[in-house]
Amino acid sequence: MGAAISIDYITHHYPKQTDPTLQDIELTVSPGETIALIGQSGCGKSTLLHMLAGLLIPSEGAVRINGHQVIKPSPRWNMMFQKPSLYPWMTVRRNASLGLIFQGRQEGMNKRVDALLETVGLAEKAEVNVQSLSGGQQQRVALARSLATDPELLLLDEPFSALDAFTKTELQDEVVRLSRDRGITVVFVTHDIEEAVAMADRVVVMGSNPGTLQHQLKVDLPHPRDRTSPGFTELKAELMEFFGATRHPASRPEPTDDTSSSAEAPEADDPAASGSAPARRAIRAA
Amino acid sequence: MNRDATFDLPATPGEWGWASLRTANHLRRRLQYPLLGIAGLLVLWWWGGWAIANNPDTMAFASFAPGPTLTAFWDIVSSGQVWSPIESSLHRVGFGLLYAILIGVPLGVMIGYFNVLRETTHVPFQFLRMISPLAWMPIAVLAFATWDAAIVFLIAIAAVWPITYATAHGVQRIDPMWLKVGNNLGANPYHTLRYIVMPAIAQDVFAGIRLAVGVAWIVLVPAEYLGVTSGLGYAINDARDTLEYDKLAAFVLVIGLIGYMLDAICVRLIRRSSYHAES
Repeated sequence: MGAAISIDYITHHYPKQTDPTLQDIELTVSPGETIALIGQSGCGKSTLLHMLAGLLIPSEGAVRINGHQVIKPSPRWNMMFQKPSLYPWMTVRRNASLGLIFQGRQEGMNKRVDALLETVGLAEKAEVNVQSLSGGQQQRVALARSLATDPELLLLDEPFSALDAFTKTELQDEVVRLSRDRGITVVFVTHDIEEAVAMADRVVVMGSNPGTLQHQLKVDLPHPRDRTSPGFTELKAELMEFFGATRHPASRPEPTDDTSSSAEAPEADDPAASGSAPARRAIRAA
Repeated sequence: MNRDATFDLPATPGEWGWASLRTANHLRRRLQYPLLGIAGLLVLWWWGGWAIANNPDTMAFASFAPGPTLTAFWDIVSSGQVWSPIESSLHRVGFGLLYAILIGVPLGVMIGYFNVLRETTHVPFQFLRMISPLAWMPIAVLAFATWDAAIVFLIAIAAVWPITYATAHGVQRIDPMWLKVGNNLGANPYHTLRYIVMPAIAQDVFAGIRLAVGVAWIVLVPAEYLGVTSGLGYAINDARDTLEYDKLAAFVLVIGLIGYMLDAICVRLIRRSSYHAES
């Protein structure tokens, strides 16, 4: 069963920074829902994801999963990173089993993990050292590792951004299939608009300096999604527009240092100034 | 990539010839330079022996030359005389290293992990590390009831530093993502140590042990010059006192051979503990 998430007015300051990284973030996610967080780099989307995982505690506000405040990592919610970060001294099966070993659930573990490896298409690689796998295969092992503990929530931090286009598409569809089969809630961070539309039930667009939630867009397309259908491309275009609005003014080159752009900050910070029209459209789309 | 694996199963009997030829070729390539090196050392030794024998001032030491030494070496091996000092020496080095590992590895893990500890211990440890272990000899003799224990202490204090710092270096090199992923999967501190930290640093620990073996083996001989009546250091001193220079040189040879073997064992351990894919 998927987890219900409630993000309650999170504001976060990193030490030694005057501007908050995140400001007044409020969001609720229903069980089994898939949410995409998109935004410019430095908008704090990864910070927010780390808070959901319990790897970082917000300075103000709280994350609640199924009503319980998140204060530390738990095998019930699992995070996948951009790099698979498998342990190179272990076989594929051992890597995928780790969560269960740490939980002390060794009984029937091999059977369980083998079934999972079968699901991600790596059954015959179970005894192989992970260093011999391709990037896509390694990320599949990481996926199996994340699913082994039966998480209620899967958090993905740009997990496919280092993969080639074909492998990426394949894995996106696979994660959607597996999470829907199991009713797992998924929150993922990306700056790939197609990925957001392909996987998410709802896309949340974040603005930067400070990180705020700017728009939400419901993606009401049936699975498996046809990426060439008119509905898909239309949503992609719409999302692109919201996304473009967050980098207002559009002609400005990207600041090299995210914290130093205080001169433009008031303008960019005000959601009403930068995107009231798209915001209204977003509500209509929802 | 170990390409020899592909030579293991020749398809036809005709290919056996090729396979054995390749094996011979491979063996020759592996051994030619080491054998050249050994030959070079022997020539140098022989030349040194010849020079000593032909100088009236040093003629008395002529039995350091390869001929008398190898004869004496054969004598001490065939008479079994060589084993007792080897056993005593290995016993001392073994215990010294054991204590050094038991202290050095946990200490190294903590120094590598906690910045505060690393900075606090830096000056005192570097200071202690640079003191020759033999300088502790008088204190060791006072502090320990037996000479044996004093020697074990000297070896341990010499061997502990390479192990500690190699371990600390290994811990500092651990990919932070490995710890983060472990944390995310619900690892407790024991799990982190057992499944992540120890396998990650195993190779560094054994590299430290290899250095420690080298230091311990060097410290052993001068430590055995004093007090004890067994071991390779004692055997050398004894041979000097009885003017048996051929026997003395034979024991030097034994020290070198055993040191080489200990080092070879460490190299094997380092290789086995490496998690890097064969390349």
